[in-house]
Amino acid sequence: MTTILPERSDQRAAMGHKQPRWRVQSATRLSRIAGIAAAVAVPLLFAMPAWVSRNLLQDLIFVFTMLALAQLWNVLAGWGGLISVGQQAFVGLGAYALFAAVTLSGLDPLLAVLLAGVAAAAVAALLGPLMFRLEGPYFAIGSWVVAEALRLLCAQFKPLGGGTGMSLSGAALANMTGTKWAAALFGLRPAAARDVVVYWMALVLVLGITTAIYVFVRSRLGLGLAASRDNNAAARSVGVRTDRIRYGLWVIVAFATGLVGGLVYLQKARISPDAAFSVVDWTAYVLFVVVIGGVRTIEGPILGVLVLWALQFNLAGYGSLYLLILGLLAIAVMLFLRRGLWGSAAARWEIQLFPVRQRLVRRKSEEP
Amino acid sequence: MGGLDSIVEGVLLGGVYALFAVGLSLIFGIMRLVNLAHGDIIVFAAFLILTATLALGLSLGVATLLTMVIMFVIGFALQRLVLERVLGDDILPPLLVTFGLSIVLQNGLLLGYGADSRRLQAGAFEQVSVPLAPGLSVGLAPLIALITAVVVVALLQLLFYRTALGRAFRATADNPEIAQLMGIDQRNIYALAVGLSLAVSTIAAVTFGIRSNFDPSIGPARLLYAFEAVIIGGLGSLWGTLAGGIVLGLAQTIGGRIDPEWQILSGHLAFLVVLMVRPRGLFPARRR
Repeated sequence: MTTILPERSDQRAAMGHKQPRWRVQSATRLSRIAGIAAAVAVPLLFAMPAWVSRNLLQDLIFVFTMLALAQLWNVLAGWGGLISVGQQAFVGLGAYALFAAVTLSGLDPLLAVLLAGVAAAAVAALLGPLMFRLEGPYFAIGSWVVAEALRLLCAQFKPLGGGTGMSLSGAALANMTGTKWAAALFGLRPAAARDVVVYWMALVLVLGITTAIYVFVRSRLGLGLAASRDNNAAARSVGVRTDRIRYGLWVIVAFATGLVGGLVYLQKARISPDAAFSVVDWTAYVLFVVVIGGVRTIEGPILGVLVLWALQFNLAGYGSLYLLILGLLAIAVMLFLRRGLWGSAAARWEIQLFPVRQRLVRRKSEEP
Repeated sequence: MGGLDSIVEGVLLGGVYALFAVGLSLIFGIMRLVNLAHGDIIVFAAFLILTATLALGLSLGVATLLTMVIMFVIGFALQRLVLERVLGDDILPPLLVTFGLSIVLQNGLLLGYGADSRRLQAGAFEQVSVPLAPGLSVGLAPLIALITAVVVVALLQLLFYRTALGRAFRATADNPEIAQLMGIDQRNIYALAVGLSLAVSTIAAVTFGIRSNFDPSIGPARLLYAFEAVIIGGLGSLWGTLAGGIVLGLAQTIGGRIDPEWQILSGHLAFLVVLMVRPRGLFPARRR
């Protein structure tokens, strides 16, 4: 990936240069087609609850939330170089914030999801300066320590069930915004209608997160982030405010991870510290999704989460064998297909549905 | 004597944590690689020792020596066949591979041995205690664990600063390219380092397996303790790591004495406090 920040053509034109022969471009013909296809697919996905079964809907909630977490980790670790293996901290914090808001103060669960993100972001903002004292690989384990410490702290919180956890009561969930509306629209029972609302929220989250990341990594700020990952000193020397970008990214990713965590546990309606702060559920799967699909691509995690879904569909009954195979697959991909399934295919056949690279393109009119 | 008791207990526990940590910092110091599977490798070694004593009927000492040799070979092969392919400027691939290895080891052990808690049997030796002062005695096994940690650190120190191999290790750590120009085979040095780390982890496994129960799921926690000991002690210093392990052991036993539920948490908090007030650790190496 290029990390040069070429001057924009309009800046140069303003400075009195002649119209330059080169310009920066990301889009390709294929990416425009992909954009149109996505625009068609989104309304279909929103209408999905009208005809699919509740089981499939719950599967899709899993796929969307996993994909959202994978995209978030991808931007944090892949583009930003902040390799965290402690993102379960923010899933767990989000989940606990949601349970606290709903059970202790009776907040509308939908608003509580928002609060879950805020809580995760607040803790991330406090921990950031401490965590950033650890360089590279040490940051990875440090983030894991923090997640463990937060798990043990939440286990001490007796009003939310302490070490054994608790369930959300039906009464607390009954008056969630949108549930009655969805129930009337599709003629569903309250529990199924709640799944529909959660499905829509998961869809909104995954679309919003993916779009935001896509726009961000294509922006100048995103280039600055990539530069700070590849060579921090050099990036600073050309004026990239690396510390500020990385800190901002860390807090915003924590916010979004908290939102997802809150939503996941709103659907599960049952929480325990070991599950909410599980490194396997919220970091291992997420890492494998990104690695198998392809780090530093938008399409990779989408492909990765579909692979995970297929594997889970066929192997979930086998428990530890399933995880063993997933781990071996991730190692094999790292050894033999460093860029992941999508990344390797994209490099080989020059296909990019959501291109994130900036290329210099010669203007046609200037060609002799 | 409650207070003094927990201090002695904490120091002895620290010996085990230092042994966890030495293997981790060995690899990091030489190759700049953080092995996220380190904890699971220790548990794996403990299960190997267990198998050697139960299935082959070997005594604990012989089983440990045999396992050390096996683990050294596994480490050498792991580096040459797997890790070597992913080491480079990008730190993401090696981290992900070792993280994948951690999941594979955990679930492989779970499939092979089940989720039951196990313990290494050291025979009568476990019950013996040594009087230190009137009214204060310590178990022989924990005492030997601490002494082992001191001996291991001293031996590694000798290896690093008094032998040709140690010089090659240090040269490669400082600058792999120039070390190679001077005729050092970098691939071999790295493979030896990983082998050595796994052999030391076997010593950690035996001291820990006698002291407490283990099952396939506890690897990651051992990794975190090892890491905390390294950071508390200060990067690049083996004696510092020993001290870091002891600080961590003290924090855990004193925290656990106040409230048993706070034992592990106080270890983590001690680590975060050290990171806050002395980010380079308590006893950082002067150079590097």
